[in-house]
Amino acid sequence: MTLWSAILLSSAMVYSWKLFGYLVPEKFVSNPRIKELAALLTVALLAALVGIQTFVSAEGVAVDARVPALVVAGVLFYLRVPFVVVVVIAAAIAALLRLLF
Amino acid sequence: MSSKQQSVTAASLGVGFATGLYGVSFGALSVAAGLDIWQTMALSLLMFSGGSQFAFIGVIATGAGVVPAILSAWLLGVRNGFYAIRMNPVLSVSALLKPIAAQLTIDESNAVSLLGEPDRKKERLGFWLTGAAVFVFWNVFTFVGAVLGSQLGNPTDWGLDAAAAAAFLGLIWPRLNQSKLLVLAVAAAFVATSLSVVLPAGVPVLLSAVLAVGFWLFGMRGGRK
Repeated sequence: MTLWSAILLSSAMVYSWKLFGYLVPEKFVSNPRIKELAALLTVALLAALVGIQTFVSAEGVAVDARVPALVVAGVLFYLRVPFVVVVVIAAAIAALLRLLF
Repeated sequence: MSSKQQSVTAASLGVGFATGLYGVSFGALSVAAGLDIWQTMALSLLMFSGGSQFAFIGVIATGAGVVPAILSAWLLGVRNGFYAIRMNPVLSVSALLKPIAAQLTIDESNAVSLLGEPDRKKERLGFWLTGAAVFVFWNVFTFVGAVLGSQLGNPTDWGLDAAAAAAFLGLIWPRLNQSKLLVLAVAAAFVATSLSVVLPAGVPVLLSAVLAVGFWLFGMRGGRK
């Protein structure tokens, strides 16, 4: 599959959730257990992506400049610093560490 | 205009601009992951859901290929379905407008609409205005980020891999409001990272969905008292 067809297919699949919600009768899906599963799925997938993006590189699992950058990002999110500022600071820390060491 | 309506308007535009602004990081990271500017724009225009978009390019960047990228993006989009279920009776729009309302049904439009409760008019205003504002700003700033990113050269020299990790942390941060979710997050990050040593790229992310289902079933067995 080409990258373009993957982009179009996955966009349609993401859209299908949005449209689905407008088409189903509420009583079928208002079960709190189902809502809980959606929350758990979201957290698990995002957490897996945090782990892989922080520790995995082409050579395998590694602790490098990304780890201190992520720790600082966590502190800044805790302090309610805006998203885009945190992302830029995390990039700057990793870039600086790589420049110096 | 009443002061509460004004506050819904202000919240919509503020949230729209702030959310749109981090489209810059999406655009830059997407180009760093190997997509071109138009593929990046297609994701922001058509997929239009931050978590799914970051997941798609994040998995592509690991070299995992398109199938795990598609599935990760899809699974992360499930929460929009629940927002849609809530918005449907609030908006009560015609069949013609539903496909447009559906595309604008995201974290932010749902959240600002909740501020208007229980006034239906304010809920609707918050949904439409926030959805439209995020859509416009998100796409404009994605383009800016993609153009900037394509001028940068080697993405790791600029720390863009760390920026992607921070972006995922920022997306998950507001959701970690229960200790159970925190435990699941730590377990999912640990399991996915460890399994990446032995499994093809992309698969560990999808296995974290299995972990979520396991937590869900375990919680059910524990029962409600």
